[in-house]
Amino acid sequence: MKGFLKKITGNHEVSLAIILIVLFIVVDILSGFTFHGINNIGEIFKNNSLTLIMSLGMLCVLLTGGIDISITGVLAFSGMSVGMLMKYNVIKNVPLLFAIAIGIGALCGLLNGFIIAKGKVSPIICTLGAMYIWRGLATVVFNGEWASGENVAAMSEFGNTAGPYIILAAAFVIYFVVMKWTPFGRKVYAIGSNREAARISGINVDRVEIAVYTLMGVLAGLAGALSVSLYGSAQPTMQDGKEMDVIAACVIGGVSMSGGRGTVVGTLLGGIFYAVVYKALPLVGLESIWQNLIKGVIILAVVIINVVSQRLSRRQALARREI
Amino acid sequence: MKKILALVLVAVMAVAIFASCTQSGTGGGVEYALVTKAAGNAYNEKEAEGFKAAMDAQGITSYVIKHPEKATVDAQIQVINSLIAQGVKSIAIAANDANALSATLKSAKAKGIKILTLDSDVAVADRLTFCNQAGVQEVGQALIDAVYDIAGGEGDYAILSATSQATNQNAWIDAMKKIAAADSKYSKLNLVEVAYGDDEPQKSTDQTQALLTKYQNLKVICAPTTVGVAAAAKVLQDKKSSVKLTGLGLPSEMAAYIGDDADHSCPYMFLWNPIDLGKLAAYASIALVKGEIDGTAGGTFKAGETTYKLTTVEGTNASEIILGPPFKFDPSNIAEWKKVY
Repeated sequence: MKGFLKKITGNHEVSLAIILIVLFIVVDILSGFTFHGINNIGEIFKNNSLTLIMSLGMLCVLLTGGIDISITGVLAFSGMSVGMLMKYNVIKNVPLLFAIAIGIGALCGLLNGFIIAKGKVSPIICTLGAMYIWRGLATVVFNGEWASGENVAAMSEFGNTAGPYIILAAAFVIYFVVMKWTPFGRKVYAIGSNREAARISGINVDRVEIAVYTLMGVLAGLAGALSVSLYGSAQPTMQDGKEMDVIAACVIGGVSMSGGRGTVVGTLLGGIFYAVVYKALPLVGLESIWQNLIKGVIILAVVIINVVSQRLSRRQALARREI
Repeated sequence: MKKILALVLVAVMAVAIFASCTQSGTGGGVEYALVTKAAGNAYNEKEAEGFKAAMDAQGITSYVIKHPEKATVDAQIQVINSLIAQGVKSIAIAANDANALSATLKSAKAKGIKILTLDSDVAVADRLTFCNQAGVQEVGQALIDAVYDIAGGEGDYAILSATSQATNQNAWIDAMKKIAAADSKYSKLNLVEVAYGDDEPQKSTDQTQALLTKYQNLKVICAPTTVGVAAAAKVLQDKKSSVKLTGLGLPSEMAAYIGDDADHSCPYMFLWNPIDLGKLAAYASIALVKGEIDGTAGGTFKAGETTYKLTTVEGTNASEIILGPPFKFDPSNIAEWKKVY
């Protein structure tokens, strides 16, 4: 029993998975056993695919000790760009539109990475500026217009296929492999754990950092096109405030804000946890007004459990060493 | 180097912040101002378009249209303060909150600025008159009748609103409830829940799906908000749900969902013409500044060809100008209207 407990407290992913299962069962009971249906679970992934996908990029950014709060600005600009291209019949090809959104996102991310790595600007300041710039441009460039309904019909149809699920699954598999088994993944962890040591051991820190922000941009651009597909609308204000959900998902998943610690599996669990809470609150009959408050309390509670369990496991590890 | 770079970035940021607060119209001696709810809202853009058209038609160039950066009270207060500083003569505003603008509007009033509202009202003491896109009663009646008709006279229905403090939506929902309670005709209709999608597509989608899961016997969803109705329409249509939708929506956004058959989620819906509302606000502003009306009920003024009358808001001694009853969009006219707005 003691060994089992130690195993739980020693492994954040396992403890989070257990909390998640308990939460799922509680919600299922509270909602009168309507929660576990395959449709409902499909919807949970679909409605939160933007958060889940962007949390992968955020994981890498947080691992290097940085942060990117410009992601929804980038999302809005890339999403508006493809929405407008469709609305005015410039391009109707869905894969091409996705590629364009990803390209725009990559450029935005590259700019962030360059300013942060080469200009030595604090990531939060740089991306704060970028957030306003891209969100502002999404309004100004397109004259405050928006595209929805029939304007983006082809994208909307793609949103109803298995496409979003495939993109989501592919993103997680790729990130899992890259972060675990490739030199690039190791370098990201190395920089976050000890930047100086990484530099001395021959890692090109600037280049990795630029790559990390560019990849974040790629995912934000992808999320922009996906958002248009899933919700059938492109607005300059789209997904405003979502960056906090993405960061919250990472933090719940055990990613450290000071860098070096966090995994793809943890991020996935954190994202699912957040998604379940999102989906569950309206279902269990809570007044809408209470939902944000409860969400906040749950995030804090999970993070506190997380910190306490980590401290416990570290103490146990120390105690063992003394023997 | 670092300092210069940081400075440049700060400057770029500041420019971006100002740039996103867009404006049109000519500078110099600005007399008439329109403040919308937020930039990037197609419906507000149409109101602004009408305001501009009416001003241009009157040969007036001394006007300005301000779109706050966000749909918040704070953003509107900033815009109004800058208008007060510019010394405008009138401000027409679509309020983001009924009460929170009070202090700012009072200080504008103290400077002699004529305050009128359109689209969403503020507390009646803070403005001279209100350009009402459709009387609260008229909208409530149209919506409850639509629910009654689509549900076939009986059954469960739910409302998907914007935010829980949205002035308009709350007034319309209240009117629906009161009308339903007062007439035994509606006694077999059962309102199961008022859900709030916060005028955000994802949240509205989540809320719609929750309604479908929670209430197995649901027949109709009524969404009196353009963002909510579009999100709900997509959910119902994608699911090929038997639940039908009505509410208030923009024709161009809803065209794909409006139809009488099982493949479409919305048999019909309503809205008014925001371009006409913008025009009405422009003519009312001019009439107020010229002194043709003073905001008391009974006054009349001409808006282009039509003569409008200031009527009393029920239960107060304040006035409003009602644009007309809401307009019904159904399969017979949607193709034509989706090109307009």
